[in-house]
Parts: sequence; C-alpha cells; structure tokens
Amino acid sequence: MSESVAQIFINALLANNFVLAMFLGLCPFLGVSGKLDTAFPMGVATTFVMLVASLCAYGLNVLLTTFQLEFLRLISYIVIIASAVQLVEMVLKKYSPALFRALGIYLPLITTNCAVLGVALFQTAREYDFLQSLTFAIGGGAGFTLALVLMASVRERLQLSDVPSVAQGTALSLMLAGILSLAFMGFAGLGG
Amino acid sequence: MSQTTVSTWEEFMEGVWRQNPVFVMVLGMCPVLAVTVSGINALSMGVATTFVLVCSCGLISLLRKMIPKEVRIATYIVIIATFVTVVDYVIQAVSLALYDALGAFIQLIVVNCIILGRAEAHASKTPPLPAMTNALGMGIGFTIGLLALGCVREILGAGTLFGLSLFGTGFQPWVVMVLPPGGFFVLGAWLLVFAAWERRKQRKLAAQGGGVQHV
Repeated sequence: MSESVAQIFINALLANNFVLAMFLGLCPFLGVSGKLDTAFPMGVATTFVMLVASLCAYGLNVLLTTFQLEFLRLISYIVIIASAVQLVEMVLKKYSPALFRALGIYLPLITTNCAVLGVALFQTAREYDFLQSLTFAIGGGAGFTLALVLMASVRERLQLSDVPSVAQGTALSLMLAGILSLAFMGFAGLGG
Repeated sequence: MSQTTVSTWEEFMEGVWRQNPVFVMVLGMCPVLAVTVSGINALSMGVATTFVLVCSCGLISLLRKMIPKEVRIATYIVIIATFVTVVDYVIQAVSLALYDALGAFIQLIVVNCIILGRAEAHASKTPPLPAMTNALGMGIGFTIGLLALGCVREILGAGTLFGLSLFGTGFQPWVVMVLPPGGFFVLGAWLLVFAAWERRKQRKLAAQGGGVQHV
C-alpha cells in the first residue's frame, strides 16, 4: 500500500467522500444540515475531533501492537474519541457559548459519529504511517464539512420551494443526498 | 410508555413495528446504507447488531443500580464495545468472506445510535427481562429494515436475491442501485411509501371520526 500523501487527501476529500461514498457520519449529516450557520461549525468541530482521534489512535496502535493487545483496539479507540469530544466541548463552551448552544445535543453525539471512529479504524486497517494518517484525517474531515455545507445550502434553498407534503422531511433529504452522491461519483478515479 | 403494565408482547412489538428504528426513528443509518448491497449482507449485519443490542441491554440493565450517573455513557460504550469485539472475532472465525464484505462496519456497530439510544432510554430504567425483550424487538425491527433495503437493492442492481438469479440472462442490471447513490434513493423511496401510507391511515381515521379534520 504505497499511496502518496496527495492521493490520500484527494481520495478522502472527494472520490471516497466519507458521507456520500462511504456512508459514514450520516446522523449529523441529516440532523445538522438544516442551516448553513450550524453546518459549517459542526463540520469544523468534527474535523478537529477526527484529527485528535487519528493522532491518538496512531500512537495507541503502536503501543497495542508492541504489547500484543490488539483485541483492546476498539475499546481504547472509543475511549480516546470520547475524551477528545469532551475536550472540544469544553473549549467551545469557554470561547463560543452561542455556538455551543446552537450545536446542542449534536456535540456530544460526535462521540458516536461513525466518521470519527471510521478514520481511526481505516487508518489501522490500511496500515498508514504517521503522515498518511494525518492527511487521511484532514482530508476526511474536510470532505465531511464539504458534504455538510453543500447539503445545508441546498436544503436552505429548498425551504422556499413548494414540495408535496408527503415528501417533506427525511425522505426528501435522502433523495437529495442520493443526487449529491451521484454527482460525487464523477470524482471516481481522480485519486488514482 | 405511560402505562405501568406494558405486556411483554407490546414491549417486543414496539421495536418491530411502531417504533421501527429504520423507518420510523431513522436511526443508525450508516450501516443501513453501507452494507445493504445484498440480502445476505443485510441479514448478517442485522443478526450481529441484534446480538450486540440484546447482550449489552441485558448487562446494562443488570448493572443499572451500580453504574454511577456521571459516567454512565462511558460505561455503556465500554460494555457495547466489548460485545462488538466478540462479534467481530466470531464473524472472522466463521466466514472470512462475509468479514471482508462487511469490512469496518462490524466494528462500527459500537457507534450505532440505536444501541446507545436503547441503553440510555430503556435498559437503564427497566429490569433485565423486559429490557432484553425490547432490545430483541428493536433488533428484529432493524433487521427487517436492513432486509427491505438489501433485497430491493440486490434485485434491482444485480438481478439476484440471496445469490439466486431471478430474471435470467436477459436482465440488464441497474448498477447504480448497488452503488452509494442507490442506497440513498431506495431508503428515500421506502420512507415516501411509509409516509403516504401513514397519511392514508390518518385520513381514514379522520373520516370515521366525523370528517372534521382536513389534512
């Protein structure tokens, strides 16, 4: 497995977009994408958690492999992610209380965001080295933010249009996500 | 549930139908969309999730008086992660092909919102037996949801059902259905069907009640 750093970044950002191609992190994608004002900060917060989680997971994996404790991998990853989320929560509460309130329940839910755990698990499975892991986390986070922002923009526009009442809500969001995903398939093969 | 005596059957059916995790609550979407490219994948994912759900709800319910309130979420997650690790190793031992097909999504059962949601909302307040019954219902409801998606996508996208060819050689597979966009489309379509059905039921009820309410 010898992907270059640029390839990993492009792949995580576009061709294998976390949300639209790999179905990771759909709960916040459908939950927070109602408004652009909350979608973007949510994306950034998630990216930050991903970065921290990826770094810790890399270090931890080295440790676990040395002591041959691989069966503890999942449990230790999830504990690390929970701590990282706690950290972000405290920082946000201190420096931006308004944003903290706007994100509400979705902030602690980053812990159960499969995209974050996904980053940690995939980098282990693909045996990325330190730099590759870092790029993978940043690319994945940026891709997540991109998908969230795109979706929020479309949904804001959609509020003004006349939709059959049966289709309103989640069904419509899913159809939209399908169309976005179709568009993102055009990037296939870009990362080589 | 406001009544104090909920029958076991009701407890069970809540998850299977009325509060179906996939179609009514729209929870745990990631595995729902990612692994449902074929019926068999969907079924095994459903069974794995049900196992984790029932075991962890049972254990959490047993320990519910011992777990301090402040660290309950962390405790739940560690318990869930333990059972997921068990499932992970079992699937790897039983069928390597299946393990490869499901990939990281077996380990991602840990972060399935359904399990944590059930632990927090139900198992932490009820005795083991009803908690496990409810969890079993939820798991079966989840499996039904997965199967509904998996079968439709496999039939449309590959022309097969559980690996058996349905239409013969003349069938032109609708490839997009097994690709990521297909997952979104099929789930969206199912939700539309259910919304329309719910709407019709309400209208019928309103008509019976004197037809006062207009939708």
